[in-house]
Amino acid sequence: MSKHNVSRRQFLNYTLTGVGGFMAAGMLMPMVRFAIDPVLSADKGGDYIATKQKVSELTTEPTRVDFSFKQVDGWYESEETNTAWVYKMEDGNIVALSPICKHLGCTVAWNTDKSNPNQFFCPCHYGRYTKDGVNVKGTPPVSPLDVYDTKEKDGILYLGQLKPHGGA
Amino acid sequence: MLTKLYDWVDERLDITPLWRDIADHEVPEHVNPAHHFSAFVYCFGGLTFFITVIQILSGMFLTMYYVPDIKNAWESVYYLQNEVAFGQIVRGMHHWGASLVIVMMFLHTLRVFFQGAYKKPRELNWMVGVLIFFIMLALGLTGYLLPWDMKALFATKVTLTIVDSVPLMGPALKTLIAGDPTIVGAQTLTRFFAIHVFFLPAALFALLAAHFLMIRKQGISGPL
Repeated sequence: MSKHNVSRRQFLNYTLTGVGGFMAAGMLMPMVRFAIDPVLSADKGGDYIATKQKVSELTTEPTRVDFSFKQVDGWYESEETNTAWVYKMEDGNIVALSPICKHLGCTVAWNTDKSNPNQFFCPCHYGRYTKDGVNVKGTPPVSPLDVYDTKEKDGILYLGQLKPHGGA
Repeated sequence: MLTKLYDWVDERLDITPLWRDIADHEVPEHVNPAHHFSAFVYCFGGLTFFITVIQILSGMFLTMYYVPDIKNAWESVYYLQNEVAFGQIVRGMHHWGASLVIVMMFLHTLRVFFQGAYKKPRELNWMVGVLIFFIMLALGLTGYLLPWDMKALFATKVTLTIVDSVPLMGPALKTLIAGDPTIVGAQTLTRFFAIHVFFLPAALFALLAAHFLMIRKQGISGPL
């Protein structure tokens, strides 16, 4: 047989460590899985949400569009309101920009800085974006405003998921 | 690797005597079930502690989802039990463990009582043990209200009525526990929560430390 003899002390050490480890794992596994559940829960993705904005009334000038949706936060359900800045491009495509500044998350607005007209302006640290949502170099934001997926149905504007600004 | 890490720390802090003092002691023959199977009765104290550890851990994890608020308590318990992975298991551990800890503690008390292990010089440890018993019962009682369902509410109303019947200081004592002279509500729930997760566990840890220090100092009682 094998020359590698296991002493009684070693055998007991291995057995006790094994059994103890198994018991500890049996105890901790459910608790850890319980704790990390939010990380592992699949992101359901967003449905399109109806706004009250008629597509025919959109112009090439960005308009503030507020839209409400039902938010389920664990055991707490509430009616939340988000905002988008929406305008039509020359070719008729609709652009819906998120108002969340990419610097530190303040709220930007259209054309509120008198010295820099026709730009999105963030009052917190004077971040600025051009009309297509691209950040102006030399101001704090480091990336363009996020963009909503848009859809038209029965003449009404629907907003979908928020995505990073493509290209620009 | 682990040995090297241990040696590195041990060389600087000399930690070996610390754990040796805790872990390295002989188990006398009369408490070793391998010699006399009837010695399993000596396990109940350790089992009580083991379940207490499970209670502490599962309780810590439950508070990640639980809210002590009359509008959200029941909803959050329902959510953590039915929507969160392993919620039923983790809450089940805490729920059943609460009863089991009382059972084990009772068996441990019976063993100490019928073996006369509480006699001189171990009277102090018996007294601390009785205090631990009361703390455990109080933990069970305060935890019972937290799910904020009908059973919890009415059980607590009964408790408060019992407290109310204490001579002289009854009404004041009841208000102190319930947070309001007449209502069993928002303030009762937050009070019971605070008592259940902070005050009683703190007292429990102190008493357990005393209990264990005394048993190490005095050793286990001799054979019958």
